[in-house]
Amino acid sequence: MSRVQVLAFACLLCIGDVTGEVIHREKSLYQNIEIQQRGDDRCLVFAVRRDDRRQSCFDTENPDRVVFSYVRMTFGGLLLQPKPSSILIVGLGGGTLPTALNDLYPTAKIDVVEIDAAVVRVAEGFFNFKANDYLKVAVQDARVFIKRAARLGSRYDLVILDAFTGEYIPEHLMTREFLSETRSLLSEGGVVVANTFSSSELYDYESQTYKAVFNEFFNFKLPASGNRVIIARPAGLPDRETLEANARALAPGLNRFGVAIESFPKYLNTRADWDQTAPILTDQFSPANLLKNR
Amino acid sequence: MVYGMSDEQIDTKLERIGWLVLLLAFTSGFIIMSVELLGGRILAPYFGSSIYVWGSIISIFMVALAMGYLIGGRLSINRPNLGLYGLFFLLAAIGLLPIVFFADNAMDAVFSAIDDPRYGSLLASTLLFFIPTALLGMIAPYSVRLMVDNTRHSGQVAGGLYFVSTLGSALGTLLTSFYLVLWFDMNTILITMVAVLLLAGSLAIAFNRKRS
Repeated sequence: MSRVQVLAFACLLCIGDVTGEVIHREKSLYQNIEIQQRGDDRCLVFAVRRDDRRQSCFDTENPDRVVFSYVRMTFGGLLLQPKPSSILIVGLGGGTLPTALNDLYPTAKIDVVEIDAAVVRVAEGFFNFKANDYLKVAVQDARVFIKRAARLGSRYDLVILDAFTGEYIPEHLMTREFLSETRSLLSEGGVVVANTFSSSELYDYESQTYKAVFNEFFNFKLPASGNRVIIARPAGLPDRETLEANARALAPGLNRFGVAIESFPKYLNTRADWDQTAPILTDQFSPANLLKNR
Repeated sequence: MVYGMSDEQIDTKLERIGWLVLLLAFTSGFIIMSVELLGGRILAPYFGSSIYVWGSIISIFMVALAMGYLIGGRLSINRPNLGLYGLFFLLAAIGLLPIVFFADNAMDAVFSAIDDPRYGSLLASTLLFFIPTALLGMIAPYSVRLMVDNTRHSGQVAGGLYFVSTLGSALGTLLTSFYLVLWFDMNTILITMVAVLLLAGSLAIAFNRKRS
């Protein structure tokens, strides 16, 4: 081997090391699923060729630690609803979030909707996810679940929208009609938390759509995170003192998950930092994933 | 009208309208696939966008087209003419209208009646898409009959028609998924297709009048 070849080979190895070792791979109906392990971190990846997107990671040595900042940010919803007795989570991923919430609120009814049965199996097999009497998973399209639940009169104190494919959020889960159906599931004072990206033209459309359904909402961004978490409450948003008081009360419980909740309130603001002339997404008009690449 | 003409007379008459038939066959191919693709979007709010929703849509389109081929072929036996051909387009246009105006009511009723989204989406697809797709399917065999003047070239004519209408389908699929959904509301796209079908049907009927 020439020196160049040796270098090239070594570099291949180093790339392999960065993405981690693939310990499980399966094709499901909806995506190519990979489990990658790098050191103690084990990640669920919905593989889309090279720009693989890690959906969920957990630390095998310290399973409580929430690895991803966007998942930690999702706990920000608790600042508006510190004692939820019923929670709906759309999108299971590795199950980190439902497991943590089940730990924090052992008697809260938690429903998780996940479209892909393979993701549920993988979460159980590789991420220690376990359903129980309070924590249940429905393998179903979230739009169907939510429409049905709304008709049956179900109510939730906290709804977390975190449905991601390898690409982005499915288009029929971003429209005004979907968000209205979700809003109708909220109990008095109920809160919606939605995990989104903050890049691309879609940000403007998505923000305008949430505004159309929920009016003002907290646009939660952390420095150095490409994620934006929307926190909305139809009953109105609390003031800074209430947020900080709730953060102090929540801090001891969230500490072991690595969630620095007390640093969140100062980043919760309602300033519209997007193009407010952008059209809203509807069931009639939702070219969402085409906008994502702009 | 074509009554009272011999088969030979009919055939010479039809020979000269080949370009029109090809154009209309292209149009119907375009619209079939455009509607099929929009079908996924139309059903998603009630039944999701899982693989079974596509399964429902595609299978209903196939069955509807199959029925359309059968009926269109049967109707082409006696006195094939552009007037009846144009009528297929007009009826297909009317058949698309319920998708624009009653889709939500229909899907709402199905959603309430059937829990399993597989059978829900199958029934909803049938209600919404079967009739217009069958009507559009009738166009294909009838086009063949309008253009065939002897058995020797029948295969070639059918091949040419399949070529044109399948290219139309490809373009309908591509334009709808790449651009139309980015530019327009779904109902705007559907209404435009209704208008195009009405125009196509009127054109065929007008030519039929002119030539008889």
